[in-house]
Amino acid sequence: MSINKDQDFGTPASKSSKLVNLEIDGFKVSVPEGTSIMRAAASIGIDIPKLCATDSVEPFGSCRLCVVQIEGGRGMPASCTTPAAEGLKVVTQNQKLADVRRGVMELYISDHPLDCLTCSSNGDCELQDMAGAVGLREVRYNPIETHLHAVKDESNPYFSFDPSKCIVCSRCVRACEETQGTFALTIDGRGFDSKVSPGQNESFMDSECVSCGACVQACPTATLMEKSVIDHGQPEHAIVTTCAYCGVGCSFRAEMKGEQVIRMVPHKDGKANHGHSCVKGRFAFGYATHKDRITKPMIRASIKDAWQEVSWEEAINHAASELRRIQAKYGKDAIGGITSSRCTNEEVYIMQKLIRAGFGNNNVDTCARVCHSPTGYGLKQTFGESSGTQDFDSVMQADVIIVIGANPTDGHPVFGSQMKKRLRQGAKLIVVDPREIDLVKNSPHVKANHHLKLRPGTNVALINAFSHVIITENLMDTEFVKARCDLDSFAKWETFIAQEYNSPEASESITGVPATEIRAAARLYATAKNAAIYYGLGVTEHSQGSTMVIGIANMAMATGNLGRDGVGVNPLRGQNNVQGSCDMGSFPHEFPGYRHVSDPTTHALFEAAWQAELSSEPGLRIPNMFDAALDKNFMGIYCEGEDIAQSDPDIQHVHAALRSMECVIVQDIFLNETAKFAHVFLPGASFLEKSGTFTNAERRISPVRKVMSPLAGYQDWEVTQMLANAMGYPMNYSDPSEIMAEIASLTPTFAGVSYEKIDQLGSIQWPCYDEDSIGTPIMHEDTFMRDSGKGLFMLTEFIQTTERSTSKYPLILTTGRILSQYNVGAQTRRTENNAWHSEDRLEIHPHDAEDRGVKTDDWVGIKSRAGETVLRASVTERVQPGVVYTTFHFPESGANVITTDNSDWATNCPEYKVTAVQISKVNQPSEWQTKYQAFTDTQLDLLEQGISNG
Amino acid sequence: MKIKILIRMANDISAFFNADSNKEIAADGVAKHILRSWDPRMRHNIITYCQEDGSELSELAKTAIIKLSQG
Repeated sequence: MSINKDQDFGTPASKSSKLVNLEIDGFKVSVPEGTSIMRAAASIGIDIPKLCATDSVEPFGSCRLCVVQIEGGRGMPASCTTPAAEGLKVVTQNQKLADVRRGVMELYISDHPLDCLTCSSNGDCELQDMAGAVGLREVRYNPIETHLHAVKDESNPYFSFDPSKCIVCSRCVRACEETQGTFALTIDGRGFDSKVSPGQNESFMDSECVSCGACVQACPTATLMEKSVIDHGQPEHAIVTTCAYCGVGCSFRAEMKGEQVIRMVPHKDGKANHGHSCVKGRFAFGYATHKDRITKPMIRASIKDAWQEVSWEEAINHAASELRRIQAKYGKDAIGGITSSRCTNEEVYIMQKLIRAGFGNNNVDTCARVCHSPTGYGLKQTFGESSGTQDFDSVMQADVIIVIGANPTDGHPVFGSQMKKRLRQGAKLIVVDPREIDLVKNSPHVKANHHLKLRPGTNVALINAFSHVIITENLMDTEFVKARCDLDSFAKWETFIAQEYNSPEASESITGVPATEIRAAARLYATAKNAAIYYGLGVTEHSQGSTMVIGIANMAMATGNLGRDGVGVNPLRGQNNVQGSCDMGSFPHEFPGYRHVSDPTTHALFEAAWQAELSSEPGLRIPNMFDAALDKNFMGIYCEGEDIAQSDPDIQHVHAALRSMECVIVQDIFLNETAKFAHVFLPGASFLEKSGTFTNAERRISPVRKVMSPLAGYQDWEVTQMLANAMGYPMNYSDPSEIMAEIASLTPTFAGVSYEKIDQLGSIQWPCYDEDSIGTPIMHEDTFMRDSGKGLFMLTEFIQTTERSTSKYPLILTTGRILSQYNVGAQTRRTENNAWHSEDRLEIHPHDAEDRGVKTDDWVGIKSRAGETVLRASVTERVQPGVVYTTFHFPESGANVITTDNSDWATNCPEYKVTAVQISKVNQPSEWQTKYQAFTDTQLDLLEQGISNG
Repeated sequence: MKIKILIRMANDISAFFNADSNKEIAADGVAKHILRSWDPRMRHNIITYCQEDGSELSELAKTAIIKLSQG
């Protein structure tokens, strides 16, 4: 292993298919038209000296180090800004060029500290490299004034800014603009006074900087440097792996020193992220070695008892015997398990296999139940497959983009940056959201053409109004519908959607969105050459979540916006492996590959492969498990990587259900909220400690590679395997690649997937039907995946949620995420990311705040029919009057104390996005918060006692 | 499992399929959805409720559950 850094070609690649031929230093080279001379030279191994150029940003031509001479040409053009052209003869090295370069370097070094031996960049400094490359031997200048005493900015927790080492190459400024799209950095001043400035001469933390780290990566010196490198020195080897945060699934080089991660550097060849990252993926990995990690198995008889540290063997045997005891006492169906989107595909696969084949029932569910289960249902019904239709790069061909109930710059930041890039290129934007997300008007050079600020809970009325306009104004793609869709279903839908009650005018009083605005937005979508829809949990987490997904699919089919680049229906998955955990058979009614458990052929296939009698009946969904637990007929649960005691709605009901079970087994890296109700704790491994694969929102299967030994001794799939064996169901995998081989052998859409192919290609997008396939970036190109091959239109009647504002609960609460924290926060709360967001707050409109005498920072009680909690208020116009908003990253916030048991009709996905509440100013925590804090204190004491005795 | 929860679930499913003017097709849709996604214990409980009372079920839900009970 070595550090083996990605080659920097100096300028971005050209996408042209036309080649030009030229000669560089006597060597012939063919490159795509538009390629710079610098990149053309690099492609044949000729490195032209450079400082201001790097291939992640457009060339700038400021440092003058990359000058070359061209036969017949005048002067010395910069090779970074001069395109390769047919017949050019280029010279990159001669005495004249060497003299110029040495002169340039001499000027740079005259205002640069000569502390190379103690500099954090020593060994990884392009300035140092260039000084060597040009043969700099002396600095003749004795400057009167320098920047050598410029003051460092240490405000960012993850990186340092030392302006004394800055050469003002603008790479950081351009990275912030082009790669991230935040425009937080600028060059302030002119001439000698020029300097990199965050915001208006602010510190990094006080500026608009989102800490994505693109500037740090682009910096050629030690000016912007990871503090981890300053503290520990340069890494010595790197392993490519996949991020464990959001559904973008960024590829990273884990740069290591032994078993210590020094830094995470986004991998340039990563096809989901193209070398970019966000603050979580790049910097927030410290949780993996946090002091709260539990690394020894523990058991206890009751949640009132202290934990007892035991051997792995004892813990596994105890768990197995408890599960078997419960089955003997309450029946075979009285136990089950919950997988997680944080687990690898291989872990999820063997977990559901253990439940189906070892437990002998189908009581397996996953956290997608509470996020994207309506996506699975809606897209399976209409298109024939439970997945998004495009790859991320498709957005670069979109002319109109609709974002519905998603906040890409916070929830899916790297894709958000790519989308912003396309919007800056001129694509039009329609945002459908009750709240003003950053894309509406808070992102530089991006402004939504339409922000449809609908009332929470009225999505279906809005999408019906969109489709009504498309049908009644003849904006549909008749040819596409005729050729690609089920015509009977279309005829029925066309009649339904054309009815007056679905018109924008009729819907206006329901959605609150002016009819003229809906008509304009619908026309914009329908008449675009390429129009794409991106959506998030603002679509799915409703009582009509599945209906809305179907409505979106109907509209995309009606306008022919499917089956090619730049279009499609794109669910933005919340967690890293939501797609994968669903693909792997985590739902109680489906085997891997979304095949129903009652399908005779599939059932026989799995029975034969797994050598077990399998149930052909659907098992319990997560909320059904809780209800059954309270009825005393679901008494044992194995929960891996999921924190249902924080993330699920109506949390007091969930806690009651957990308390009523006789054996709760939690496998996690921390004593999470669910573990406080557990009887067996099996220590898990972070993504850095295990191997496997994750599948991102674009169906991309990417490798997860172990970069350090599991702190508790085992990877998670090994723990599940031990439990299976202890329960008498044999599993004998010796490596996750064997699990993937089994998945491929049993799942047609994965048939061509193997670790060898993933290693070779970097990643694969399913469907991948055979050995020769390299995967499928765009789905449904010729036919849909339904049995008939035709897309199905379904009727989407708007049905108002029963959760409505009343005089008692006059406001509607909706929930969401923030950039720096991740879901339940178990990972990010244990990092420096708390510097950006250390508490959940309630956003309230100034009118509603004034009515209640609430000011920013006041404590407010939030009461719903399910419960009450207390948060601090932020008064803001980002929310509309009548709507309040909060995040849910901190357990003590109790956001899910107030959410209700309402759920999607098809999948029981909770209606997190609509809760009727009342807000009042208070001066103490809620009763629930006080009690839960006491419970938490007790549980931490019981943990402490266990560790002391162990 | 509390019957009220099952009644609500059945009525919610029926409300979606009720958009179809052909109530035979709508009832088939509801019955199929319940058959393919509900645990047998839940199906048994709603069938029993439908047979013994059924007053809180919508018309379509009731028709669908009768179909379900007939297999």
